[in-house]
Amino acid sequence: MTTELLPVLTANWGDERAWTLDAYRAHGGYEALEKARGMEPEDVVEAVKASGLRVRGGAGFPTGMKWGFLPPMDDGPAAGKPRYLVVNADESEPGTCKDIPLMMASPHTLIEGVAISAHAIRAEHAFIYLRGEVLHVYRRLLAAAREAREAGLLGDLQVIVHAGAGAYICGEETALLDSLEGRRGQPRLRPPFPAVEGLYASPTVINNAESIATVPAIIKNGSEWFAGLGTEKSNGVGIFSLSGHVTRPGQYEAPLGITLRELLDLAGGVRAGHELKFWTPGGSSTPLFTAEHLDVPLDFESVAAAGSMLGTRALQIFDDTVCVVRAVLRWTEFYKHESCGKCTPCREGTYWLAQVLARLEKGQGSEEDLDLLLDQCDNILGRSFCALGDGATSPITSSIKYFRQEYVDHLTHGGCPFDPAASTLFEGVRA
Amino acid sequence: MLDDKTYAELRQIAGRYPQARSGLLPMLHLVQSAEGSVTPAGIDACADVLGLTPAEVSAVATFYTMYKRHRVGDFHVGVCTNTLCAVMGGDAIYQRLQEHLEVGADEVAPKRQGDQYTVSLEHVECNAACDYAPVVMVNWEFLDNQTPDGLVRTVEALRAGHPVASTRGPKICTWRQAERVLAGFEDGLEHEGPAAGPASLAGLALSASGADGAPRRNFPDDVPGPAPESDRAPGSPEADPVQSGLTHDELEHEIGDELRDEDA
Repeated sequence: MTTELLPVLTANWGDERAWTLDAYRAHGGYEALEKARGMEPEDVVEAVKASGLRVRGGAGFPTGMKWGFLPPMDDGPAAGKPRYLVVNADESEPGTCKDIPLMMASPHTLIEGVAISAHAIRAEHAFIYLRGEVLHVYRRLLAAAREAREAGLLGDLQVIVHAGAGAYICGEETALLDSLEGRRGQPRLRPPFPAVEGLYASPTVINNAESIATVPAIIKNGSEWFAGLGTEKSNGVGIFSLSGHVTRPGQYEAPLGITLRELLDLAGGVRAGHELKFWTPGGSSTPLFTAEHLDVPLDFESVAAAGSMLGTRALQIFDDTVCVVRAVLRWTEFYKHESCGKCTPCREGTYWLAQVLARLEKGQGSEEDLDLLLDQCDNILGRSFCALGDGATSPITSSIKYFRQEYVDHLTHGGCPFDPAASTLFEGVRA
Repeated sequence: MLDDKTYAELRQIAGRYPQARSGLLPMLHLVQSAEGSVTPAGIDACADVLGLTPAEVSAVATFYTMYKRHRVGDFHVGVCTNTLCAVMGGDAIYQRLQEHLEVGADEVAPKRQGDQYTVSLEHVECNAACDYAPVVMVNWEFLDNQTPDGLVRTVEALRAGHPVASTRGPKICTWRQAERVLAGFEDGLEHEGPAAGPASLAGLALSASGADGAPRRNFPDDVPGPAPESDRAPGSPEADPVQSGLTHDELEHEIGDELRDEDA
């Protein structure tokens, strides 16, 4: 059985002036908010729980359960403390490019999701933390929040759209909270989890932009509708982002469980005249897959069983012209650059990983360096303060697993045996 | 010393938040807009407004790559050289631009006689536009599907003072104007540019046309968006995106019908 595309979040992106309140309302926008306002907050939480929506920022935790961890408002240590909703729109994982087009095309989808979610958790302040490097998306979000406020759609809810300043680590939820408090973005020790002590040490729900943007569709169409899509344990639809050596790269929204083979068929296949070599199922922090994984259903369970992670459904496609060592070295330099420096395994480890990989890529060093790399990874994975360090090891260990010979070829060839020009978009075209 | 207006705006930013210190990141964006970089005077002003020490403010400012301690150009060009963009041509683009401008990373190219504006260059990490690789950011606006020669033309247009439009956004403003928006002060340009570029609509186009075999019952309300006209594949000749090297008017002419349908 083939899985079909099912545009939900992306459905209005082609509408005329889709980013405006008028266009969004013409599409049925803010009807879900009206419905939610007629529901008890607890019933909204229950509806999201029943939908089976698992967080779309990579971890896959059930969204409703995350909301359910908030301590009571009237009793116990959190009594009298305000609750906050924080949206993680710091989309920076290499390969991940779904939230930015969502917020550019239809910022009101997110604003409506914020309003419903804030109602559900009884928050009076909501923050959208957008990475700073996307100026036009920030304009659209600022305007959408203003339009919604001026139209009286937000009630007493204060929505603050906040621009970051360039730090991948701020996509980690506790680092984001520190950054939103005006500090260096470094992760916090957990527990206490943000639900208990988050922003300003108050109970906080923090979710990815796509998760929150999905809430209106769930409220409008019902939990059963959403739960009936996707696979048994990975419910609903999600945006799959195809990039790289594919004929029609872009955003493809489909029920979870679709395969890369099906997506590639829709996207016109791998670049003409070339074969799939390796791909990431969910961004650079998820272990690489190869052509043997084309039929793995892209849901949380199946991807994990095949040795990787669904992550953010960031499908970066690399064809046979690409040197895996070059690719992995570049990702490693990224992790080294973005390591926040708080913990030793990640700060020092990513530095040394990049050193050893650079040596190998130049055809220097020896085959023993591969074991050295694996040993370094072993000392980072599970020993770092947050998932950045873990993610840094994924491309290395998976590439050695599937492409060990290619590393060795660099040594025997005395450098990289690939022609980088052959991989470019403008290969064969006079630029 | 910062002027009174900037000081007042710094206080205004701090006042947006339940706790004033949360305003520090946008305040530093405003300092960059007013001062051209994060200057000692700007740090002092933020510290003063928030009741922090200058060292505490500096500790934050030095953590984030968007804050610059040296002047950048009027147009700051960031070439994505993270893996996917690098492989798709980002490395070649960066190298070409480096040679053309005769500068290294984070340097401003010298202003030549006749230049209206300056340009600076840096590597940027993944900017969440991988389906448009290779991607270049100019003052944090998207230039999608770039080529080396195309970007050289764009940079020359910027230096000469010709308007250049982002592929998914407005005519690119100066870096200091951009930093002011990032401090949370709207500039009224949100209606410029399309809702989405062609790649963002790739899946929607298929299901709207039924090409994926799906019946036309797209959720919600059975009203799929209009199928986008453009379906430009990388590697195909029409994808060669020299348009961003053109002036704004030329760009309107070249891709106006295609990309700006939604902008009517």
